[in-house]
Amino acid sequence: MEVDQLQRSFLEYSRLLFHEGFLDGQFSQLQLLQDESNPDFVLEVVSLFFEDSERLLNDLTIALDQQNVDFKKLDAHVHQFKGSSSSIGAQRVKNVCIAFRNLCDEQNAEGCLRCLQQVKQEYLLVKTKLEALLRLEQQIVAAGGAIPMLNEFC
Amino acid sequence: MDLGVKPVSFTSSSASWKSADGVPDQFPAGLRVLVVDDDPTCLRILEKMLKNCLYEVTTCNRAEVALKFLRDNKNGYDIVISDVHMPDMDGFKLLEHVGLEMDLPVIMMSADDSKNVVMKGVTHGACDYLIKPVRMEALKNIWQHVVRKKKHEWKEKDFEQSGSVDEVERQHKPPEDVDYSSSANEGNWKNSKKRKDEEDEAEERDDSSTLKKPRVVWSVELHQQFVTAVNQLGIDKAVPKKILELMNVPGLTRENVASHLQKYRLYLRRLSGVSQHQNGLGSSFMGPPDAPFGPMSSLSGVDLQALAASGQLPPQSLATIQAAALGRAATKSAIPVPLIDQRNIFSFENPKLRFLDGQQQQNNNSKQVSLLHGIPTNMDSKQLATLHQSAQSFGSMNMHVHSQASQSNSLLTQMVQPPSRAQILNEINGSHALNLPSSAGQPVLSQAVPNAVLGQNGIENVRRPAFTSVSQPSTVVDFSRSQSTEFPENSFSLVSNSGISNLTSKLQDEVNSEMKASRGFVPNYDVFNDINQNRTQDWRLQDVRSTFEAQQHSNGRGSLDVSSSVLIQQQFSSNQKSGQNRIPPVRKAAFSVADGLGNTSNIGQQLSSSLVDNPSRIKAERLPDMGFQNGLFSEHFGQEDLMTAILKQQQGGMEPIENEFGFDGYHLDNLPV
Repeated sequence: MEVDQLQRSFLEYSRLLFHEGFLDGQFSQLQLLQDESNPDFVLEVVSLFFEDSERLLNDLTIALDQQNVDFKKLDAHVHQFKGSSSSIGAQRVKNVCIAFRNLCDEQNAEGCLRCLQQVKQEYLLVKTKLEALLRLEQQIVAAGGAIPMLNEFC
Repeated sequence: MDLGVKPVSFTSSSASWKSADGVPDQFPAGLRVLVVDDDPTCLRILEKMLKNCLYEVTTCNRAEVALKFLRDNKNGYDIVISDVHMPDMDGFKLLEHVGLEMDLPVIMMSADDSKNVVMKGVTHGACDYLIKPVRMEALKNIWQHVVRKKKHEWKEKDFEQSGSVDEVERQHKPPEDVDYSSSANEGNWKNSKKRKDEEDEAEERDDSSTLKKPRVVWSVELHQQFVTAVNQLGIDKAVPKKILELMNVPGLTRENVASHLQKYRLYLRRLSGVSQHQNGLGSSFMGPPDAPFGPMSSLSGVDLQALAASGQLPPQSLATIQAAALGRAATKSAIPVPLIDQRNIFSFENPKLRFLDGQQQQNNNSKQVSLLHGIPTNMDSKQLATLHQSAQSFGSMNMHVHSQASQSNSLLTQMVQPPSRAQILNEINGSHALNLPSSAGQPVLSQAVPNAVLGQNGIENVRRPAFTSVSQPSTVVDFSRSQSTEFPENSFSLVSNSGISNLTSKLQDEVNSEMKASRGFVPNYDVFNDINQNRTQDWRLQDVRSTFEAQQHSNGRGSLDVSSSVLIQQQFSSNQKSGQNRIPPVRKAAFSVADGLGNTSNIGQQLSSSLVDNPSRIKAERLPDMGFQNGLFSEHFGQEDLMTAILKQQQGGMEPIENEFGFDGYHLDNLPV
């Protein structure tokens, strides 16, 4: 594939993700941070995010699986997840986390369970999309091109 | 490289601020940032962002690790950024620690933007609060916090040196407020104290004319006049100008009064903190932050000082003793206490001594009123009464002291001192009655005083005046004078009346005869017990003196006891001051001195118990075996006051030690983590 074709695909896909709210300006910030000294920065951070998220989701599942749900602990986990997802720009995941926290405050176990499902879903979605985007990126780099940036979403 | 900022402000950390290419607009490149966040994603992102700002970044994902980094490399960082929610330690707690121990600007951050959390950050002293996700722009400007802080500190020091009392006082306030508002722990206290000490120190320097102005010696009379004026105006309304007018002392400047007032206030605060639970005395004196001072009053330094103060112990002798005691300690221990802390301690303490001196003066004038107006007078009468009562028999006194000591360890540290001090002076001056030793109150007073004094930098001139005013203890005066730090005298309050009397009598003998530390004296168990219990350092000397005189006839004991006890006390006080590291060596020195004396172990135990214990534990705890003492002493670092006092006294010969000890006490003690 031609570099500019790859780049166009990349841009289009980025725009879509931003429009649909999967990603927000924070992701652009990450892209901005990537430079010659750290060419794989975005990939590195996104990978860290995936790892951490899986751990957190696991903890959340376990926490909600208890007889007596510890809502404080649950809230702490959700808070953490909210922090990391917002740092990476995973907007929809972050929004579900906000809702999740409210449910924790209300000590609504059922609501929390549903929310957990929702957050898992959103996470998987953004994960798939980010992976696709990063694959495109790698292809561009491999083809010798520069990674284009969507300025309007910074 | 020219950072374009006041170089002065950045001496410590500016060195690391090297612009990438020496161009001014590269500032603040090289800013050393420590980032703490348990979220690996955020941590990585922050790291990259900060690096892009040309900062030097260190990351860690655990608060404890962060603290370790900070402690290992005291000046290695300019600013700390920390997450609020962390599994191993609350971010606010880390914030407090950093503020107290390293006094670095700390930025909190969190995905939580709720107002109460942000408010918490503010109240805990965070210089900024960032909401996650953190953007590059927010991080770009964090250098402003470093500059601001440095500028503030630099400015404070500048003010202090210029003797601008108002400013200093103002500056004094904020740190106090901030520190006190933090979650209570010694660390907080320490930090605030540190700042106050710095300020005090600067003030004292002014007063003592080390730099520019001729020193104003706050004699007992002068202090008394000061206190009278303050009381007339009301402690809250007492402003330097009015005080000056009321005092009507030619040659006294408003700045002198202002700085003295500042110290006085600190002293009062300290007293109220201590006295709160103890006697019901005004409890306005010992402030909570004076915790380190409180313990300081525990023995050794105090006794010596008390003796010195009482004039029984020639300054030179005392200094010698102390020097000997400290010398040993110094050589043995490797106390890594920053000098600055010491200074702070001393300066902090010194003002207190002054006050006590003033108090004494009053008493000497046969005014059995609590000199310190803030100080509850009931203590005076009580103490006097007790003193008199116990004067009857040494034995009864001892018991009396013990019981009293146990009851009111805190009392001792409290204001009671001034009245007792007066008592002591009276005694010394004339009556030889065992007023001092008998009442537990006396020790209390002395303790309070010494603590204050001890805390103060030896530079304090105040102490000297107090002693000088006492006609009898001319030696005391000399002693204080000889001490550039002026500190020690006050700290040697006679803690335990009964014990002290024995001790003082002995000590007095010793002192008068220029006893050296090497003299072997049979330690007086009672004395030590009392001392331990009372922990009134400042007034001990006075108690000692009076008791000594009274005792001389009754006891017939040689000065051995006194000297040994003095030595030991010195040792202990130095231990206390030097902080944990030093304590063991110091103690050994003390013990070795006392060696040969049958009672060494007892003394050591007593001393160590006193040193180690907090006032509450002062009850004549006898350590079963001296071996404990090391451990005990090390706990006792809070006894900085003692140490500083002692150190100060020895200033002449103990310069290095002084530095060593003075700071340690506070520093180590206040490390809660």
